Amino acid sequence: MSEPAPTPAPANPAPLTDAERDELRRHGILLTSLQEIYNWGRSRSIWPLNFGLACCAIEMIAASMARFDISRFGSEVFRPSPRQADLLIVSGTVTKKMAPQVIRLWNQMPEPKYCIAMGACAISGGPFKQGYNVLKGIDRFIPVDIYIPGCPPRPEALLNGLVQLQAKIQGQPIAGPDAPRHLRDDINCDCPVPEFGAHDLEPSQNPTVWQPPAPLVRTEKA
Amino acid sequence: MSVSDLTPLSSPAGAQVRAVHDEFHGDLLEVSMGPHHPSTHGVFRMIVTLDGETIVKLKPVFGYLHRNHEKLGENTTYLASMPYTDRLDYLNSMTNNWAYAVAVEKLAGLAVPERAEYVRVILAEMTRLLNHTCLAGFLMQDCGCMGTPLMYAFREREKILDLFEALSGSRMMCNYQRFGGCRVDPSPEWIAGVRQLVEAYGPFLDEFEALLSGNEIIMARTQGVGRLAPELAVSAGVTGPVLRATGVAHDLRKVDAYGVYPKFDFRVPLGDHGDTYDRYMIRILEMRESISILRQALAALPGGPIMDPKAKLRGFRPKAGEAYGRIEGPKGEIGFYLISDGGPNPYRYRVRPPSFINLTILEDMCLGHTVADAVIILGSVDIVLGEVDR
Repeated sequence: MSEPAPTPAPANPAPLTDAERDELRRHGILLTSLQEIYNWGRSRSIWPLNFGLACCAIEMIAASMARFDISRFGSEVFRPSPRQADLLIVSGTVTKKMAPQVIRLWNQMPEPKYCIAMGACAISGGPFKQGYNVLKGIDRFIPVDIYIPGCPPRPEALLNGLVQLQAKIQGQPIAGPDAPRHLRDDINCDCPVPEFGAHDLEPSQNPTVWQPPAPLVRTEKA
Repeated sequence: MSVSDLTPLSSPAGAQVRAVHDEFHGDLLEVSMGPHHPSTHGVFRMIVTLDGETIVKLKPVFGYLHRNHEKLGENTTYLASMPYTDRLDYLNSMTNNWAYAVAVEKLAGLAVPERAEYVRVILAEMTRLLNHTCLAGFLMQDCGCMGTPLMYAFREREKILDLFEALSGSRMMCNYQRFGGCRVDPSPEWIAGVRQLVEAYGPFLDEFEALLSGNEIIMARTQGVGRLAPELAVSAGVTGPVLRATGVAHDLRKVDAYGVYPKFDFRVPLGDHGDTYDRYMIRILEMRESISILRQALAALPGGPIMDPKAKLRGFRPKAGEAYGRIEGPKGEIGFYLISDGGPNPYRYRVRPPSFINLTILEDMCLGHTVADAVIILGSVDIVLGEVDR
């Protein structure tokens, strides 16, 4: 008499499909991954820094008021201190006198942190780009996650930018080579704070986040 | 820092401040408030020297929002500067537009049709309502009343912005006035919307005042705080509600009688004490007068063209000369000084910003008060940094 051979366990169980998950949820069993629930929690309570620069700040305040009600998206807690904030909304023109303070605030914020460039001025200098005193985009110094065009953007546009940021956070892996910078040791998160030099801010950009575009090369017509 | 570094310790306003060195008083403390501070209304910095909690010296630091406004104005055409004026005082783009249009019209000798003058008055008074309502909300925020009054103020602001958007296409940066008139003719539906807003504004003010004006905490925080002497206000060139709160009757709508303002019956509210509470109340009373002006202007709005048919927008080159145009903005006298050399750009383009000049007396108002009072005194002066730094 021979014993029946044990059924071999499959080497790799097939991952649960969405339909099976929904079936389990109907029985009161919630299955999730650490990454999902971690990102879900983080993306639903982004606390912005209470920091207004120029015209866009008024629209940022309007977004937090009753009509647009940013608290529907979990971001109504505007913190005055960078130590308590997750999100820097660069809302307005950054001048060369103000840029070191903005970057210092960014460095003071704890990771994980995100940056929204709100309005044409914060993106590229906007209508004041020709000016001698205006920074041509805050992304030359700090990494920007979301750009919101407009002069100024409507509060709805700011809310849309916030939802885009939430989607971005939800897609971030918490391990592996694609993990964001706050989960890795090999990336230095501090941005150098520029100082006034003889002609311009020195350094005039942060090469780890921004490189000047390649110069246009005029080719001879064949 | 020692006391001797701080002489003279009395200000032109007459506030006597004494730093005492005994066992209860230590050294003076220098605090840098701003440029990132939730109460400085933008990127304004005050270097405050404190004796205990009392301010003995206050040094304002400007320039964190210097956007080269005047230089850009000299390098663009006259018309292309109009959108830049929106961004001077970004709460009141309509009055900035008007002041600039007045200056260019004086320079070029353009006439404005009567309907456009009425529409300008309507828009300017709506802007005054908007600015003063927001100011009251922000002032309460500075007093520590977080959120609620500002929510009420912004609720009303949104109603006005909806009308601005319906007329000009933009909520904040209206870019509406043109040299010799206005850009588009308001429709009867828009006029009906303004009428509805004006009728609802009085009850809103009643509600707002019932909640705030007689509030014991607000009176304790603001009455007698930041007193400004009328002599100092006049000699420093202060204009607007800050000047009228000291009891000086100077309102350009009466003094210059520009536009169609002489046709309207309205009063100029004046304060008695020149303190922060007066500056708050002046704004509330001015809003009531604005409602009355709006009623009269809507009732008498004539028909006709909205633009001077002779006005030329493209290739606009006024003859050589200079002109200064000013109106009574919500914050004070906003003026533009232009020199033309006959070219398409102004040779010199100068802005007279009310909030910058009103800010010069900040130290005199703050001396002798506590650092918490400096925040509400600054709030009651009503500054917008886009205009201060330009």
